[in-house]
Amino acid sequence: MMRISISDLNKLFENRIRLGIMSVLMVNDSYDFNNLKETLGVTDGNLASHLKALEENDLIKVNKQFIGRKPNTSYSVTETGARLFRSHLKALEDIIKSL
Amino acid sequence: MDSKSSYFEDLKIIKKVMEESSRFLSLSGLSGLFAGLFALAGATVAALILFKPGIMLTDEFLFGLSAAGSENQRTLLIIDAMVVLGAAIGISVYLSYRRTLRQGIRIWTPVSKRLLVNLLIPLATGAIFTIILYTQHQWLLLIPAMLVFYGLSLVSAGKFTYSEVFYLGLAEIITGLICAVVPVYGFISWCLGFGLLHIVYGLIMYRKYE
Repeated sequence: MMRISISDLNKLFENRIRLGIMSVLMVNDSYDFNNLKETLGVTDGNLASHLKALEENDLIKVNKQFIGRKPNTSYSVTETGARLFRSHLKALEDIIKSL
Repeated sequence: MDSKSSYFEDLKIIKKVMEESSRFLSLSGLSGLFAGLFALAGATVAALILFKPGIMLTDEFLFGLSAAGSENQRTLLIIDAMVVLGAAIGISVYLSYRRTLRQGIRIWTPVSKRLLVNLLIPLATGAIFTIILYTQHQWLLLIPAMLVFYGLSLVSAGKFTYSEVFYLGLAEIITGLICAVVPVYGFISWCLGFGLLHIVYGLIMYRKYE
């Protein structure tokens, strides 16, 4: 019998924007706020609140720096984030396969 | 049932976002086609500048370039090459830009920057190397060097765009290496590598993605 790991599905990734953020950060070393906004097609406030949620759960880390005089905030995935996202992805694939 | 289709939708989003944020997918196949046609046009002009009656497809004429009095020929060849290069780059940038507008994305993104850096490092190295060969009158190695370095640039850039670019790069490298073994066929290799391969690549890409 096939073991379906629904328990590996992560509540945090149920939201499509958070899922999108994680997908971008999984394949890029880091990505800044404006480019994330553009890639995912979301508003400032919306993106900020989802980033905050991911950060508070230690799934992503924030790097603040100045490029010239402009502040630039970029994000990257933490080890925990990468691990949880991979098991979430695996669980999704297992569920689809078992249909 | 709803949740199952939503899992499926989730997977599709993950795949789409990962691809869009790590690959520049606005290169136009038509630019490959045009680059190939420009290359063949440039080669025809070069043939008119260089070929004397009796000398056909092999590169015996290249040895004449070292001779005194060949400065005009050399200058004309360089102008010819620069016009072809400029036209090919110009049309590629223009067509890609047009496609980004149609796709509603910006042309200047983290991934297009990465694509450019990875393309330009081997390409600029190749350009400098080719100039060095030229100043040392190493005519027979000019074309193999152009093909090999151009191929390496495409292989390096291929990670950040359609995978076909990677395979086009491999084909250019192989053409260049064969040309290095039999450099008397440099002219034909040049037409093959920069002309025919580009046209084939352009047609494949255009049919597949546009």
